[in-house]
Amino acid sequence: MEAFTRTTGRVAVIDRPDIDTDQVIPKQFLKRIERTGWGEFLFWDWRLDQDGNPRPDFELNNPAFADAKILMAGRNFGCGSSREHAPWAIQGYGFDVVIAPSFADIFRSNCMKVGLVPVELPEERVRALMDAVDTENGSEMTVDLEALTITGADGSTVEFEFDAFRRNCILNGLDDIALTLKHEAAITEYERANPSRIDTLALEH
Amino acid sequence: MAQTLFDRVWERHVVREEPGEPALIYIDLHLLHEVTSPQAYEGLRLAGRKLRRPDRSIATMDHNVPTDGGPVTDPLAKTQLDALAANCPAFGVPLYATGSGREGIVHVIGPELGLTRPGITIVCGDSHTSTHGAFGALAFGIGTSEVEHVMATQCLQQRRPKTMRMHFEGTLPPGITAKDCILGAIGQIGVAGGVGHVIEYTGDAIEAFTMEQRMTVCNMSIEAGARAGMIAPDDTTFAYLENRPASPQGAEWEAALDEWRQLRTDDGAEFATEVVVNVDDLVPQVTWGTNPGMVAPVTANVPDPADITDDEERQSLERALEYMGLQAGMAVRDIEIDRVFIGSCTNSRIEDLRAAASVVKGHKVSDGVHAMVVPGSVPIKLQAESEGLDKLFTEAGFEWREAGCSMCLGMNPDILQPGERSASTSNRNFEGRQGRGGRTHLVSPEMAAAAAVAGHFVDVRELSYEPVG
Ligand code: SF4
Repeated sequence: MEAFTRTTGRVAVIDRPDIDTDQVIPKQFLKRIERTGWGEFLFWDWRLDQDGNPRPDFELNNPAFADAKILMAGRNFGCGSSREHAPWAIQGYGFDVVIAPSFADIFRSNCMKVGLVPVELPEERVRALMDAVDTENGSEMTVDLEALTITGADGSTVEFEFDAFRRNCILNGLDDIALTLKHEAAITEYERANPSRIDTLALEH
Repeated sequence: MAQTLFDRVWERHVVREEPGEPALIYIDLHLLHEVTSPQAYEGLRLAGRKLRRPDRSIATMDHNVPTDGGPVTDPLAKTQLDALAANCPAFGVPLYATGSGREGIVHVIGPELGLTRPGITIVCGDSHTSTHGAFGALAFGIGTSEVEHVMATQCLQQRRPKTMRMHFEGTLPPGITAKDCILGAIGQIGVAGGVGHVIEYTGDAIEAFTMEQRMTVCNMSIEAGARAGMIAPDDTTFAYLENRPASPQGAEWEAALDEWRQLRTDDGAEFATEVVVNVDDLVPQVTWGTNPGMVAPVTANVPDPADITDDEERQSLERALEYMGLQAGMAVRDIEIDRVFIGSCTNSRIEDLRAAASVVKGHKVSDGVHAMVVPGSVPIKLQAESEGLDKLFTEAGFEWREAGCSMCLGMNPDILQPGERSASTSNRNFEGRQGRGGRTHLVSPEMAAAAAVAGHFVDVRELSYEPVG
């Protein structure tokens, strides 16, 4: 994971609740075995019509949201499938941060692992930030994970909370597996103390 | 201190816990399939890491496989299946590949083999891993980075989730299924109602359920937003597990039973959230919208946005009705369908097939309806054939397919065409889930079978049929 501290850029707003990961990255793309190159498939069915032309009524096709780095959406963002391809696609499209009143558990955890910053704010706060966005000319914001602040173009600042452990991991771009492997001795000790009856290799196959 | 079932299982698996950090918990069983594993295997390879416990891992091919018995024709699907076929032996993981005779949907084969068992931790790169909680296991879905983490360490960094008790109160009326219970419950608490929680399901209805029915309930925990669902193991659980291929034998079985009987929630144990769902008046459920919380009794009407005062809710309802091509206020029974899909990790087990076959027996699929049955695994398919269920289905005009995920998510060729409408026994009615522009209504196997015959939704309780199988 790459280290991330802060981002300044345009904001895109998709003001809908319960956006599921089947919409974020539809299943027809999940057959790719690569880790990169997911951005172009983001919100495919919502963004493009059957012939591959942009749907003018879909938020991300609003020119004022072009090249946005911050995505704002309604509550329970990322529900449904556990596909990590969803944060890969959001990141690949150019977003560094998603702001929403709440996130689905697996989606949030997947974001943390890849360094896409999920910022949760009370619903009224998100509503106020959304309302402040200029949907004709576009608006900029800064999200600072170190300072735990969101600063609007007018200089107004909102604070947010973030899991301290995960914040440190993202700020420093730490490798989770390497962190866990530091506790190799504890894992081995656990295995010794808790022998299991499960052995998938013993099943003839 | 009084403990919940979840507390017991969690605490047994903590490898390390430090203030301010997520706990490191041990994973007893890691299930793998072709879609969410290739980047994880590649990650191991790039970092020069080994897979720590191949003996706690098992892989199958399910999401992409064609169910018409033919070869994989989609080159991308083939690449992904080939990657699994190459990665598993390279890292020592046993693979139940297509043609092995034991393959099937990952959440169907774990229990079927007896690998799923009470008190263990199970993960899989798939959100419906919650299914396995029906055995009193702590089982949840993870993303690909976490899949790689488990491969390398057999552990996960996890914040302790909150607990919820969902108590099904009352007596289940005749003709009402486990699917109706869980759809009704999701309708009650909403698709985000369980976020941050592990749900324990309790109540007489749950205790009376078979393992298949309990799996249907736990399967859809994720549709309520929950991390996992659990049911305390009991004699029903033990009877299901006895003599499964991986189940302990002899003295080990007895020792396992002693241990499993301890896996209960103590009287007086506290849950962060308590929910009561009354089932006395439950009616067969049909989803009408684009998430599983948008659900109504078959006897009711599709909601009317004009009745809703909250702006956000109304817009979301209007959008759903537009996508679904439904009239506000129309009767659910008047919704006509084009396709019927009986299958998926929610409802593709032998009892589900028997239930659907009972309704179908002696009838014909309605003109213009294309109906198919996709068993959850090869052993289930063979079992059904030995009971003659395949004949009942094919004589009625259903297609009888090979095992796999199939039209649950349509990664294989089984998809809805734009505008087509299905009655489906799967778990997600999201936009495009079964094919771009497709419209999905989630129902029980009985309701799907009845809809296939009628061509529209009907109240299965009004039909008379005898159980088969
Ligand atoms: S049957 Fe459907 S929900 Fe279940 S694992 Fe397969 S695709 Fe996922």
